Amino acid sequence: MTQGLSDLDTGPGRLADRLDTVELAARTPDDEQPYAELGLKSDEYARIRDILGRRPTTAELAMYSVMWSEHCSYKSSKVHLRQFGDLPPSDALLVGIGENAGVVDVGDGYAVTFKVESHNHPSYVEPYQGAATGVGGIVRDILTMGARPIAVMDSLRFGRADAPDTARVLPGVVAGVGGYGNCLGLPNIGGELLFDDCYAGNPLVNALCVGVMKHEDVRLAKAEGVGNKVILFGARTGGDGIGGVSVLASETFDAEGPAKRPSVQVGDPFTEKLLIEACLEIFAVDLVTGIQDLGGAGLSCATSELASAGTGGMHIDLDTVPLRDSTLTPAEILMSESQERMCAIVEPAKVEEFLAVCRKWDVLATVIGEVTDGDRLTVDWHGERIVDVPPRTVAHEGPVYERPMQRPADLDALQADDAARLPRPVTGAELEAHWLAVVSSPDGADKTWVTEQYDRYVRGNTVLAQPEDAGVVRIDEESHRGIALSLDGNARYARLDPYLGAQLNLAEAYRNVAVSGAKPLAVTNCLNFGSPEEPEVMWQFAEAVRGLADACRELGLPVTGGNVSLYNQTGDVPINPTPVIGVLGVHDDVRRRVPSGWRQEGETVLLLGETRPEFGGSAWASVVHGHLGGRPPAVDLAAERTLGDLLAALGREGLITSAHDLADGGLAQTLAESALRHGVGARLHLDGDPFTALFSESTARVVVTTSDPGGVKTTAQWAGVPVTELGTTGGAALTVDGLLDLPLDELRAAWSATLPALFGSPEATIGTVPAGTVPTS
Amino acid sequence: MRIGVLTFPGSLDDVDAARAVRLAGGEPVALWHADHDLKDVDAVVLPGGFSYGDYLRAGAIAARAPLMQDVVDRAKQGLPVLGICNGFQVLCEAGLLPGALTRNSHLHFRNRDQVLQVERADTAWTTDYSEGQRIVIPVKNGEGRYVAADADLDRLEGEGRVVFRYVDGNPNGSSRDIAGVTSEDGRVVGLMPHPEHAVEDLTGPSTDGLGFFTSVLKAVVAA
Repeated sequence: MTQGLSDLDTGPGRLADRLDTVELAARTPDDEQPYAELGLKSDEYARIRDILGRRPTTAELAMYSVMWSEHCSYKSSKVHLRQFGDLPPSDALLVGIGENAGVVDVGDGYAVTFKVESHNHPSYVEPYQGAATGVGGIVRDILTMGARPIAVMDSLRFGRADAPDTARVLPGVVAGVGGYGNCLGLPNIGGELLFDDCYAGNPLVNALCVGVMKHEDVRLAKAEGVGNKVILFGARTGGDGIGGVSVLASETFDAEGPAKRPSVQVGDPFTEKLLIEACLEIFAVDLVTGIQDLGGAGLSCATSELASAGTGGMHIDLDTVPLRDSTLTPAEILMSESQERMCAIVEPAKVEEFLAVCRKWDVLATVIGEVTDGDRLTVDWHGERIVDVPPRTVAHEGPVYERPMQRPADLDALQADDAARLPRPVTGAELEAHWLAVVSSPDGADKTWVTEQYDRYVRGNTVLAQPEDAGVVRIDEESHRGIALSLDGNARYARLDPYLGAQLNLAEAYRNVAVSGAKPLAVTNCLNFGSPEEPEVMWQFAEAVRGLADACRELGLPVTGGNVSLYNQTGDVPINPTPVIGVLGVHDDVRRRVPSGWRQEGETVLLLGETRPEFGGSAWASVVHGHLGGRPPAVDLAAERTLGDLLAALGREGLITSAHDLADGGLAQTLAESALRHGVGARLHLDGDPFTALFSESTARVVVTTSDPGGVKTTAQWAGVPVTELGTTGGAALTVDGLLDLPLDELRAAWSATLPALFGSPEATIGTVPAGTVPTS
Repeated sequence: MRIGVLTFPGSLDDVDAARAVRLAGGEPVALWHADHDLKDVDAVVLPGGFSYGDYLRAGAIAARAPLMQDVVDRAKQGLPVLGICNGFQVLCEAGLLPGALTRNSHLHFRNRDQVLQVERADTAWTTDYSEGQRIVIPVKNGEGRYVAADADLDRLEGEGRVVFRYVDGNPNGSSRDIAGVTSEDGRVVGLMPHPEHAVEDLTGPSTDGLGFFTSVLKAVVAA
């Protein structure tokens, strides 16, 4: 495809030796153009001709093709996503959907911006660079809002843990997330790592970034003020990532397709770190009137979005763009997704000062154009006009589809295949075996193999990080104000019922934030689905969006933004619908945060919430029986809200010493994690059916420990939350009276061995290298 | 007491080092790599990070920064200098400390809470510890494996210039479990682990790192 454009601009062919100018396009209306190769449908191409009143030039065609791609235009998802914008207004929301990231008021004049974004397709093609540039891209989105990025999270999904391709993709993805984030100096405070056969060939790499600023420092992406200069700064423009959004992110992989590696960008976190510091210095002295980062669709996106959101007029002299490769054609320059670039709108009187800050940080900055009168975006190449378009038609008025939808034909059978029919463990020995199996499964196992590769300490404000339920970051050292974040997405539930699945994921993220002692404030989401051209996938998508919007309305939370990743399928097999939901919460005082692990012996272990026999989509059914069927657990958002309020009260009063949410793996998983955190066991008594108690995944439940069980029970009763006393912490085992006695050593061995066994144990070489056998200085 | 914290392009833990100085009771002073101005500081911290993106070799380019010439000159006259992680790499590249830091033996970046044994409690940065004391501070690096020629290692051991050793597991394959070393006069100390990340109960695994910064304040007074 890249080759095709090069041919058109400079190589042999009908346009050989001619620059395809606006004037030429008007004279040669019937020239055939490779719109299909660029991912445009014939009716979309016809619409472009209609808008322009002529055929587009090669450069214009390039711009429209990337900006009208699914990835940039949200053309299949837009009609559904409107439900998020239609949610009741929230006092907390300072900037809503439509900007690079939403901005939330967290008190004391602070504003927080956060967003999660996918980089799924690039990470499959080139795991390290795909994941690294996924982090880089979301960090620039946050920076663009005027915020200092303060932390990242990552939500990762791969095919079966023991599949050979997982061994190819996972280590590179983890190293890429770590390599980029570590080098930027951003702590990684949490995330997810899950495995399922449905992600074979379509791994999901979703990265979240959060940033903080003062209210008055919020920046917007718009070009205003005729005569203001357009400055491109950061890295030079190269040939990497050309057509990344249209070729990679908006098409399914097929087995025979050509290698797509040239469409993946290459990251340079050092340049991005300089860009961050330069930008923050530029913001501090108020040198920009508008700013936009260059991500998917590169300059095409930045220029058209800035102009479209502003007064409309902009002129660019494309030959002034600093290049890494001087042979790039104008169309390629417009489409390049070279990383670590930003575009600013600067008043002429401030240009010199702007450039001086960039020089200080060794950041290349170039004036490439200016804001103009009128409403046209024009681009010249060595004095010849190659683009003359209404920018809104490129950026904001792309095609919108109401895709056909159809409930999956297999859904009735799937929902009828109730997990309740599966053989259950009865004896203590059977229960213990199933407990170990769930906890040591790749989804349930210790994630240290991954998280050790991430810096969680940098900047010195990380209060809680993985493996805690939520990441907690201090934002003010004087007042101790801080934020909490969680990212969750159970795709098994969403496969069984996408409406409820999305709500369950929101409920879990909400609960995880509440467990840390924070008040949930706002929601972001990354919606990973198969091809929108398949009616059954489109139905799943629509149901998930409707479910999420309804749940946000009930919980009173705004959706501040998000990202849609479609075409996650190989051939005609889509991934399970995977809505990954992020919830942001605020801590008035992070010193009152509640951790998930047990530290003290002799404390009372209490279960808050009600347990019902709910096993559909459970980790137990999946791990023990390889089963996915039935209905997911019931959603009770009122109970979630009550539980969240109760947790906040318990944390505020200092009544609990730990709190850990129950989710996949149920009580079995939660007890194991809390005990293993600091090696403190417990003696427990389970009333009723121990299997249901241990493995049900009923929602709105949390385990807490306390030295004041009476105080907790009174408060919970007052709130109307059921309390069950489970036992007392202490000892070196999880003992269930009359049933089983699971030594923590055994539990830890099983839990921590899984990922090193699959992906290699770094310990093997530690300390075994004799001194003197390595190169010397 | 003015403690300089030197920022190179790509330095990351400079804010943390400044906070640690402040919590210890000192006055942190921001130093910029491109200036020839040490701003009358009484000691210098070279913080962690990826100066110049670790390009060429970790610390190699930063070691040649303008201000590093001043740091090297003053260090030879006894100015206390602490190099943490990337700062340690810079000190080795600048020739202020012997040896080199290479890629971790297991080839992964590793972040964990690490037990260290204090081997020298009489350097400018360690007087608030006691010899043989065990402390827990975070380690986080991809190129932290300390190496030197056997003869050099023997000499360092003989001269008592190993300041810290890894205990309960060597996180990066460093020779003889060496986590940090000092100059002949005990004024310059470099180590891979991060004491500045262990200065508050709220954010660190311990407050064991604070002793570095309280120690140097005393060393400056004594000098």
